[in-house]
Amino acid sequence: MNSNHSYERYQRQIILKEFGEAGQEKLLQAKVLVIGAGGLGCPALQYLVAAGVGTIGIVDDDVVILNNLQRQVLYSVNDIGLSKAERAASILQQLNPDIKITAYNERLITQNALTIINAFDIIIDGTDNFSTRYMINDACVLVNKPLVFGAVSQYEGQLAIFNCKKKGKRSEETVNYRDVFPQPPKEGEVLNCADAGVLGVLPGIIGTMMANETIKLITGIGEPLINQMLTYNALTNQVYQLTLAARKETRSLIPEDKAEFLQTDYEWLCTSQGQELEIDANTFDNIVGIGSIDIIDVREPGEMPVINEFSHIKIPLARLTESISLIKSDTVVAFCQSGKRSLQAAKILSGIFGEAKKIYSLRGGIVQWKHHQAKQPV
Amino acid sequence: MLIKQLMKVDVIIFGQLTEITNGSISLSDVPDTDSLVKELHKLYPALADAKYVMAVNKQVVVENTALTDKNTVALLPPFSGG
Repeated sequence: MNSNHSYERYQRQIILKEFGEAGQEKLLQAKVLVIGAGGLGCPALQYLVAAGVGTIGIVDDDVVILNNLQRQVLYSVNDIGLSKAERAASILQQLNPDIKITAYNERLITQNALTIINAFDIIIDGTDNFSTRYMINDACVLVNKPLVFGAVSQYEGQLAIFNCKKKGKRSEETVNYRDVFPQPPKEGEVLNCADAGVLGVLPGIIGTMMANETIKLITGIGEPLINQMLTYNALTNQVYQLTLAARKETRSLIPEDKAEFLQTDYEWLCTSQGQELEIDANTFDNIVGIGSIDIIDVREPGEMPVINEFSHIKIPLARLTESISLIKSDTVVAFCQSGKRSLQAAKILSGIFGEAKKIYSLRGGIVQWKHHQAKQPV
Repeated sequence: MLIKQLMKVDVIIFGQLTEITNGSISLSDVPDTDSLVKELHKLYPALADAKYVMAVNKQVVVENTALTDKNTVALLPPFSGG
């Protein structure tokens, strides 16, 4: 720490006896990757940036939508439709201009995961789906990075540090997420927040605890949740802390090397009917160009934005089954605001038409598509 | 026999598993985790299809584990939300 300016910024934590200037220096040298700039990622990022973690990466391929604002407190209505990673990076840089923040406006997939994760010391998982969570866990085991895990559902949260040895216990076996839950659940087996709901303040609490565990890990103070899983209930304030143990069979479930990791289809492991039905904005544009295709807006009448960039028919999701006679082409793409209702529509249509038609849903909805359009060269 | 009848195990249920069991429960006469699981599946058939990890006295267990009076068993489902 060589400037008075830095000292003043972090003074309140530097005067803590266990923390001190040495702790601050460790934070400034640390590189932390936050995957998912959503309910958990936002508060985690805010405190890590404020505390002075020197290098921070933010991975998220999503854009801000209105129903995010109930819990993703970094963003405002002006950010709707904009990249979360980029907005978060820009907002947080204003909070602390002295640190380095990198936005990765891309989805973490097997092809980029190891490279991105390798550039950081500690990985924070604030994602919202099992396929990415299992991929992050396996990647962290492969490249040997500590993983700060947090997850929420309705009124309850889980928190743990995986793949990390306790201070001074180098011989000890590390525990990872697969030691707790060896195999990912299939789609629908465990509901996500979009389907089950979540109290907005809950990811705020768990995300803040994730930042706390990360700071403890970096500075070496206190007792980080290594080989433990804490559950918190927001309704009762009950905290339950479990001791985890490594399982022999876990190792066989994790890809052995980079090549095997790249070949692992994490989305398939977790479903994958949904993913097969979904197409991204790029593929959507290509399909639209081909013609002889029915594009269906499954939103309710009057929902914004109005689409006049391509021709389409309007059938609200609720009226889909009674209106299938309107669908004539062999290729059908449904879209809605966020991609959720259209995925449901695609599932319904697949059920009706089976192999007779190719059915797709526009992933990320028209909001993401608009964002994608804005980025295209004119 | 008297000791066996008095034996009681509290089962703490987390997350959406509570919708199946309607909250936490107490069971008696379950000498080990295998028989506890069998009993739970009999009382709540939907639990058989649910995904969860089990802990006895806050220690995650995988193998069949003996239970004694006043043990606490926890069933935790995985969460994905973020």
